Amino acid sequence: MYAIIAGAGKVGRNLARELINKGHEVTLIESSRSCYLANEDEFEHAVQYGDATELWVLERAGIQRADLVIAVTGDDEDNILVCQVAKEKYLCERVIARVNNPRNHDHFRLLGIQPAVSATDLILRLIEHEVPRYGLVHLLALEEERLEIIELEVSPDAPTVGERVADIALPEGALIISVLRGGSGFVPKHDTMIEAGDEVLLVLDPGLEEAITAYFAPNGHPAAF
Amino acid sequence: MPTVPAPQWSNLRTYGQLLISMFVLIVGAGRVGSAVAKSALASGHEVSVLDEDPLSHERLDAGQSKSWEDSGGQFTVGTALETDALIQAGIEHADAFIASTAGDNTNLVIAQIAQKRFGVEKAIVRVMDPARADWYREQGLQTISPTKHAIDMFQRALEPAASLQGEVA
Repeated sequence: MYAIIAGAGKVGRNLARELINKGHEVTLIESSRSCYLANEDEFEHAVQYGDATELWVLERAGIQRADLVIAVTGDDEDNILVCQVAKEKYLCERVIARVNNPRNHDHFRLLGIQPAVSATDLILRLIEHEVPRYGLVHLLALEEERLEIIELEVSPDAPTVGERVADIALPEGALIISVLRGGSGFVPKHDTMIEAGDEVLLVLDPGLEEAITAYFAPNGHPAAF
Repeated sequence: MPTVPAPQWSNLRTYGQLLISMFVLIVGAGRVGSAVAKSALASGHEVSVLDEDPLSHERLDAGQSKSWEDSGGQFTVGTALETDALIQAGIEHADAFIASTAGDNTNLVIAQIAQKRFGVEKAIVRVMDPARADWYREQGLQTISPTKHAIDMFQRALEPAASLQGEVA
């Protein structure tokens, strides 16, 4: 795979190193002269000096044959435009953008830049996972496919405790795909009984979270075991 | 029968302006932005200016007999990527949006936000980089590239003979 990475800061440099170690071809583009020089020794011809938002710089890096463009500069406008041009002008199929300021996430979405990764959001999600205060954890959101996978801890007062999976009439667009119990997970059969303290994984159409929470954690809090 | 005065340029312009008085939002009050703001206000448009630097307000007052606000202008301090600042500056009612900050990339992003999120019909963007000015024009933004004009003018200034030849041919 050939990947172009815009921005040779901490994120870009480490990504480039990992991808090269995995045997991929990488070009790093860095617009600050001093940062470029600092990386030249390690990356040699795989790092180029230039502003990746300029078309000729991307063309010099061979964007026409890139399989993946990753924009991880410290500037959200730059990241948006690098990805937009890569996708829409050079028809690069896969782009990944870094969101520096989570408040700019909407702008990435508006201009069709997906996936857009924000360190703040990732850490928040980890915190949610470690400390599921709301009982519901988003594990994965497939925005283009309009599907998501969530995890819910079953509270003792949930109406589904003691019910067989086959008897739980979930709304259209929701499916239990796994149950975690006693530290291990399994794919439920139709006669699997839901127990308090189980963690159930569901695949959902977006917008069903609230309705589903009522089935497994009606008061919004996980069981205090 | 009363004599109808022959239409004059100045009259036509006034009629035109009356018909198309717009709410214009200008982001970036540097030399270009502030000058465009002043002339738009003087030609009867409603004008709101957004800039992150409160000092840029002085450019709007410079050389005017009344302050920017007294002349009917609006000024908001804020960053263009902040949706709240754009809303405060009136983007929801804007008929035209001018992106004239010092950064090409900021201009290109905010003009697209104006167009796609707030449905502003006329989004005019200053893009120094001629190559991207061309490409984004094809994508439906009205781009203005001062660099391109400068290049043209320098070329013409250098080769007066060439333009003469052109006229002869």
